[in-house]
Amino acid sequence: MRSFWRTPGGRTPDADGRRLGGRTLAGPLFRDILLVCLAVGVVGLSYGAVAVTSGFVWWFPALMGVLVLAASSEFLFVGIIAAGGSPFAALLAGLLVNARHLPFGLAVPDVLGRGWRGALGTHLMNDETVVFALAQDEPERKRAAYWLCGLGILLCWPVGAALGALLGGVVRDTGALGLDAMFPAVILALILPALKDRPLRRTALAAAALALTVTPFLPAGLPVLLALAALPLFAVKTKKDATR
Amino acid sequence: MSTAAIPLPPTLAAMLALAAGTFLLRLSGPALRARYTLPERAGKLLEVSAVLLLAALAATSALTEDHAFTGPARPIGVLTGGVLAWRRAPFLVVVLASAGTTALLRLTGVP
Repeated sequence: MRSFWRTPGGRTPDADGRRLGGRTLAGPLFRDILLVCLAVGVVGLSYGAVAVTSGFVWWFPALMGVLVLAASSEFLFVGIIAAGGSPFAALLAGLLVNARHLPFGLAVPDVLGRGWRGALGTHLMNDETVVFALAQDEPERKRAAYWLCGLGILLCWPVGAALGALLGGVVRDTGALGLDAMFPAVILALILPALKDRPLRRTALAAAALALTVTPFLPAGLPVLLALAALPLFAVKTKKDATR
Repeated sequence: MSTAAIPLPPTLAAMLALAAGTFLLRLSGPALRARYTLPERAGKLLEVSAVLLLAALAATSALTEDHAFTGPARPIGVLTGGVLAWRRAPFLVVVLASAGTTALLRLTGVP
């Protein structure tokens, strides 16, 4: 069913598997997830710094980091309030940006767990955890990658935000370090293996083009959701392939 | 930098509402899946839609900032990382190269 997903870099799953809390997790995957979590922590530094320099109390970005746990919506929320917008407007914008978690939740494999663990697993759902989970071959590895990445981000993001808030303006300009290029590069690198599938590649390109085209006119969050309008393109292509 | 400028209670309330709303958004997908069993084809299409969302997210976060084109430094950095990933470079190299390229370009004055 998911023949188009391959482990990033085309590594064989069991090449150097290692046991981690009773779950198999390959060494390189472990390192990749750690790196992403560290990058998230560094972006958290700038988020905390931006928040306090725009007038928030130091604990606010850290608390929001733990409770919302979705970076782009938090940046937007802080930005709108700092620009003098109403809290209600900031809330609506944040919810709109986070609306993509609904289709994510439909697509994410069975990794969330049940009971209170299920609630925590649900809270850990974000761009990075979903893409890491999808990129693994086996259910066990999907679950391990999802949870390790999720818990790492749950730790690094708020801690980064708190440190950034306490350091204030010191690390405000993360742009000079090129850190804003990290997030798109991470997502791109993780979906590349899936894009080897030709109909999927074409559909994804159309989706990206669609989102870019409407970005100037629509509020943040909506362009990414609108990209789903490209989905019929994939359905048509594969149906044609099947009847050929 | 005036802390008094931001009224804390309504902002805190809005933040808590955002947290609750985001959790419900995260919850609704798995809840729907638990209620209805999907045919295999629909499952495949859902997985494809996740890729589409992520591709759109990568494109918009690489190329745009506040509804407009960002400078060329970030997209060139992301593209460098993308090419390296395509050539099967280690993930660490991909991520550091994209940030490094963007940082170098900005150092030379490219926005």
